Amino acid sequence: MTVWRRTILPALMPLLAVFTAFVVGSVFLFITDIENLKHFPGDPLGTIVAGLVNIGKAYSAMVTGAFGVPAKLVAAMSSSQPKVIAGAIRPITETLVASSPLIFTGLAVAISFRTGVFNIGVEGQFILGAMGATIAVLAFQDVPKPLLLILATVIGTLSGALWGFIPGFLKARTGAHEVITTIMLNYVAAQLVLFGLRSDFLKPVGSTLPISKPLSTIVRVPLIFELPAIRLHYGFVVALIMAVIVSWFIFRSTKGFELRAAGFNLMAARYAGINASGSIMLAMAFSGGLAGLGGTLEVLGTVGQMSNDLSSGFGFNAIALALLAGNRPGGVVAAALLFGALRTGGGLMQVKTGIPLDLLFFVQALVIMFVAAPALIRSIYRMKVHSADGVAPQ
Amino acid sequence: MRLELKEITKRFPGVLANDRVSISVDRGEVLGLLGENGAGKTTLMNILSGIYRPDSGEILIGGTVRNFQDPHQAIDAGIGMVHQHFQLVPVFDVVESVALGAETVTGWLGTFDRAAARRRVVELSEQHGLDVDPDAKIEDLPVGVRQRVEILKALYRKSDILVLDEPSAVLTPAETLDLFKIIRGLTAGGTSVIFITHKLGEVLEVADRITVLRRGTVAGTVKPADTSREELATLMVGRDVELLVSKGVAKPAGVVLSVKNVLVMDDRLQMAVKGVSLEVRAGEIVAVAGVHGNGQTELVEAIVGLRSIDSGEIVIGGENVVHASPRQVADLGVAHIPEDRMRDGLIAGMTVEENYILDSYHRAPYSSRGWLHAREVAAAAEQGVRDYHIQTPSIDTFASSLSGGNQQKVVVAREFSRAVKLVVAAQPTRGLDVGSIEYIHTRLVEQRDAGAAILIVSTELDEVLAVADRIAVMFDGRIAGILEGASATREAVGILMGGGV
Repeated sequence: MTVWRRTILPALMPLLAVFTAFVVGSVFLFITDIENLKHFPGDPLGTIVAGLVNIGKAYSAMVTGAFGVPAKLVAAMSSSQPKVIAGAIRPITETLVASSPLIFTGLAVAISFRTGVFNIGVEGQFILGAMGATIAVLAFQDVPKPLLLILATVIGTLSGALWGFIPGFLKARTGAHEVITTIMLNYVAAQLVLFGLRSDFLKPVGSTLPISKPLSTIVRVPLIFELPAIRLHYGFVVALIMAVIVSWFIFRSTKGFELRAAGFNLMAARYAGINASGSIMLAMAFSGGLAGLGGTLEVLGTVGQMSNDLSSGFGFNAIALALLAGNRPGGVVAAALLFGALRTGGGLMQVKTGIPLDLLFFVQALVIMFVAAPALIRSIYRMKVHSADGVAPQ
Repeated sequence: MRLELKEITKRFPGVLANDRVSISVDRGEVLGLLGENGAGKTTLMNILSGIYRPDSGEILIGGTVRNFQDPHQAIDAGIGMVHQHFQLVPVFDVVESVALGAETVTGWLGTFDRAAARRRVVELSEQHGLDVDPDAKIEDLPVGVRQRVEILKALYRKSDILVLDEPSAVLTPAETLDLFKIIRGLTAGGTSVIFITHKLGEVLEVADRITVLRRGTVAGTVKPADTSREELATLMVGRDVELLVSKGVAKPAGVVLSVKNVLVMDDRLQMAVKGVSLEVRAGEIVAVAGVHGNGQTELVEAIVGLRSIDSGEIVIGGENVVHASPRQVADLGVAHIPEDRMRDGLIAGMTVEENYILDSYHRAPYSSRGWLHAREVAAAAEQGVRDYHIQTPSIDTFASSLSGGNQQKVVVAREFSRAVKLVVAAQPTRGLDVGSIEYIHTRLVEQRDAGAAILIVSTELDEVLAVADRIAVMFDGRIAGILEGASATREAVGILMGGGV
């Protein structure tokens, strides 16, 4: 009963939304397949079958691109050749690599929504976290490697936390709305990064591009598998650990209880003796810190070089992702894996079938739309409304 | 127009909301529809206004059967609803709000004919003594006037059957009296009124006939002249109800709360409490009576540490609490039942269990070293739900889906779950039905008899007279007089509430 209520029921709507989005996506694929549709007047049945085959090819290419070919995976298990193993597991590891930053930013948004503050500034906190880590690495090059990695991670995390704390402080002290201030601070962060990347300290000698000196030659997050062209590093493991920590913090710690109480109802929290402004600042700093840690591990693990386009909208995608995840840490991991799989799988689909990557953004947008409109999903699947107490509305 | 609802039955999954309910109201009559929360009043009215369709039964207006498919048809048939929660646009002015959805238009562009609408609003307002400024913005109007705008809306649509759903829930006693005057004016003009409430005093005062609903069925229809509060309460609840709280003589002991010459400002920096001195002893109930807005809210907030005072002294159990935080005050053994439970007392989006530990989550056994102990919290919440007969499917249910009475019980259960020396209860029974009121009063008396000092703030004279051992009446930020509970009369308290003499 509790497993059903706590795990399966909340996941049901997002799963149906994802399923529905793929169905609608197939319809879209079918009606945009002009070459195939030309045969429709002469051979309607054959056209439909051919259309379905094409849809099947596209989706199977996507699945293969995101998770690999089963036969290859089986072969890799008994093989001892690094190249064979790497080739088989590369799609999955690439999916995990793509998911990692989304887990961090998704957690950052989810924790802020859970605690009643709307942190739209995750994008800025993410890149400033990466920037902080970059500066730390270049400034303390002589520090022993493992120590340098820890130091840079701490500084990167704190940079993000600071960028989250500022709007929290403004809200608590002056009432400035965090949606406005965090959006604006995103621009400030982006310009700060550009400005920093022009300095001689950060940019490669003679470069005019907004990129930093390579960091991977100094330090990088250790790889999980020492295999050719496998980029998966321990940042993904840290992401999973953070999901557990966030979940514990939010639902099992007294601080998390305070943050949630203040987030839901500031007045009642004050009545209960909770320090409300402290809660706001802590929630924002925590959220920013998660984003900053994500940025740090992205630059020091996956990319190995700071640039102004380090984040391809991770902070903004995270808002949709947190919505899909129902602001649950476990849901964030699942949703990030889905988004990551779409990203990596879409590449192979495009190569193999010529269907543009945009289809996947289309599907992704449909998922969000269906999650945001639960009534639509309910009416499609004729689900009854269960009010929380099982009693009819008065 | 005579309205009749015949043998209406409406079933929701698992609930028989209306079971062969028949009511009628004549032209120019006020029908009081009385019932506890969940008795089926709202369902019945939603059927009348075309929001729900009955499973069986029929609606007759002026003798002809009408079946409403949607709310528009009900409005066209002359039925006007004034909902408990107003359906007004805050940034519109009165004329726009009233005309919205029923605008008259002019010209080929179909421009809103404001002048015509305004004329009619003014005319209706004067005709029925509603006294509404047609050009005022809704958001600037006090609640009582907003309600009159809702009535205007119904009249504007030529309603001759007016349904008022819990109209007094949001009104001050004075505004309620004004409303009664308006209702009498309307019925004199031939309008029929259905007045839905769970307040016994009001229905006796304003209704020509009273139909009592209980658990979806009609428990009885009576005339005010032939009945009494006790009989109505029994019909509503289905058993005899103690309207007067049975309690022994108070045995006051040492002073627990002492307030001396306290000055407190309100949010607009106006002096709200202008020098109040008050003592509450262990084992007695002191009620602060008074019309809302005479400084009671600020006084309570100052006592529990939510508002700083300008001068004076507040001592609880020997400790000066002038600069204490809410948590420090609570730690002295103060239970606080706030005035607005949905705003201050509960967190609607959290569960019953979480609300139960809202002000003690940081203590053993609920937590240690910053971590909550799920098992202990659940056990305590289960215990509270049992002890206080809180009707909830489980402790994991969101507080927002409980009825008002059960929400208040959660607050009371939580506050009394700690060792209590002083109880500060502001409007502890506002908006509750008779059964819940009785229950909460009994618990307060229990705390008194267990040796706690009780301070109740209430605008309800009935409540003050029923539970208080001493009554302090507040007027304009000062104590206008202190009366002994046993010998106080409605008149004596009423005179002090109006400023004395």
